[in-house]
Amino acid sequence: MAHRNVIPVGPQHPVLPEPIHFDLVTEDERVIDAIPSISYVHRGLERLVEKRDFIDFAHVADRICGLCSFMHSLGYCQAVEEIMGIEVPQRALYLRTIWAELSRIHSHIFWLGVAADAFGFESLFMQALRLREPVLDIFEETTGARVILGVCKVGGVRRDIDNDSLKGIVTRLTVLKADLEEICNVFINDYSVRHRLSGVGFISREDAYALGCLGPMARASGLAIDMRAVGYAAYRYLDVEPVVETAGDCYARCLVRIRETFHAIDLIRQAAGKTPEGPIDVKVTGAPDGEYYSRVEQPRGEVIHYVKGNGSRFLQRFRVRVPTFSNIPAMIKVLKGSEVADVPNIILSLDPCISCTER
Amino acid sequence: MSEPQEIEAVEKCDLVGIVAELFSEGYRLVQIGCSTLPSAYELTYSFDREYRFRNLRITVTPEESVPSISVIYPGAFLYENEIHDLFGVAITHIAVDYRGTLYRTALGTPFSVDNVKLPEPPKPKAAVEKQGVAKERAEAPGTH
Amino acid sequence: MKIFTMTKTVTKNLVKGPATLMYPQKERIFTPITRGKIENAIDRCIFCGLCGRRCPTYAIVVSKESKAWQIDRLKCCICNLCVDVCPVKCLSTDNHHAPSVTERKMALHRESAAPQDDPAQG
Repeated sequence: MAHRNVIPVGPQHPVLPEPIHFDLVTEDERVIDAIPSISYVHRGLERLVEKRDFIDFAHVADRICGLCSFMHSLGYCQAVEEIMGIEVPQRALYLRTIWAELSRIHSHIFWLGVAADAFGFESLFMQALRLREPVLDIFEETTGARVILGVCKVGGVRRDIDNDSLKGIVTRLTVLKADLEEICNVFINDYSVRHRLSGVGFISREDAYALGCLGPMARASGLAIDMRAVGYAAYRYLDVEPVVETAGDCYARCLVRIRETFHAIDLIRQAAGKTPEGPIDVKVTGAPDGEYYSRVEQPRGEVIHYVKGNGSRFLQRFRVRVPTFSNIPAMIKVLKGSEVADVPNIILSLDPCISCTER
Repeated sequence: MSEPQEIEAVEKCDLVGIVAELFSEGYRLVQIGCSTLPSAYELTYSFDREYRFRNLRITVTPEESVPSISVIYPGAFLYENEIHDLFGVAITHIAVDYRGTLYRTALGTPFSVDNVKLPEPPKPKAAVEKQGVAKERAEAPGTH
Repeated sequence: MKIFTMTKTVTKNLVKGPATLMYPQKERIFTPITRGKIENAIDRCIFCGLCGRRCPTYAIVVSKESKAWQIDRLKCCICNLCVDVCPVKCLSTDNHHAPSVTERKMALHRESAAPQDDPAQG
């Protein structure tokens, strides 16, 4: 019988981008079992509802995570608006959709870069981050900040984008698309990249469904779960189709994210063409009294915001359940039976966002 | 757009039976959440199948213990460990039990009934049209 | 499966030069609405204190008797709620960021309209 070792991976590791810790039980170079451990960045944000007004809390929700920042405030504002019965104007819905899709593009391009760094292709990492800059410049010109946007509020949005700027955004994204196709050609067709990614980290469709996989990890195994089909914000007026692959390994997840980025660029083009004129917010009076579960599709999967109020200015309960929390059991299943050298690669293909997970 | 919210209150003894039935119908586990009430905890189990969202809700006192559903849904162990660490609810027979070391915080169970201060609902106004709403709020379990 | 797929990108980079902005020599261009730091035109300020009450991080402290307005730039998250709520519109957002400091108390910026104090220096 071979000798078993326990190797700790993380929270500080040269290749691991997030502070998550795994204890890997290995036999020679093969992983037998994995035990995850979190709570390195727990900030207790859910108890902050006792101290901050429900309108100010949209700013706290923005700061749960840097990459998924806009989607968190979108989910929170939607939940409060549904409880209070506020009707958000159409122009605000379209603007929210455009910012949400821009968030998805920049998050996926960032993931492409970090994944390339994980398997050692550093120049590809630099190229991907260079392509992300135009999207961050668009954020700065339309909202004033690059990462934490602070632009969604209960009742609408805080800033407007005029129609000339919308056309400018679509043109710049078309230029970005041409550059992106060159980089994606390397991810899809290069021999060494294929060798690192194909056949690694396989999960079957039944296992993915039973363990609660979400987001691109589930869609790469053949499950068509995409919360945009529910129709929140302006998605019910747009042509959304979930991007699905069937291979179930790291290469399929990479393909899903690349195709989702191109699909997002197309959705922005559709939304910019259809944005109507009108006001961008409504006045909010009163306080929420009731509860609601709001579901939004983040770049990493389905996020649930639960808000409960009892009529006072401070909320009674606020809970966020992020997709990474739900993907961790699936990842333990994937790690069993893989090689130790592939472990950072596999953890990255799930796209963990630990600061969301632990709020 | 508003999703219909289906929240059913169930008894603690029926919980595992209903969850097994949902599993065989093909529902996936979405989340297990917990809220602090003035002297009890309210656990909500959420399930989804083809975008239909259903919730089961049980109410427990701080001394009671809850059976785990990780025999049916293996991915539930993380949610149940989190509820045990943050709220202090005892959950029995979890598949992978961290015994209180998943969340290491300076204050023991930060969200438990002793540590959370719930907001008071607003005082009912004297206006006639608000009296109906005010009566509902006074009876709701939000008062301290 | 192909090899040498990066050749075209590599050649383009060799020809074009670095993509980063050579920062100290070239100045970074901010947009007109970039949220840099909050400034106060102290001559118009009426010291009502609404900005201090609205601030979600408690970074602004207003004192009506001594006619002083103080902001802690390290606590400010530039959310612009104070700018929106000011009744006389004396607060504005500058598009350059606050300079770096080496101690926390150096980030406190105080403006005063009292006659015997030195005019607005922080």
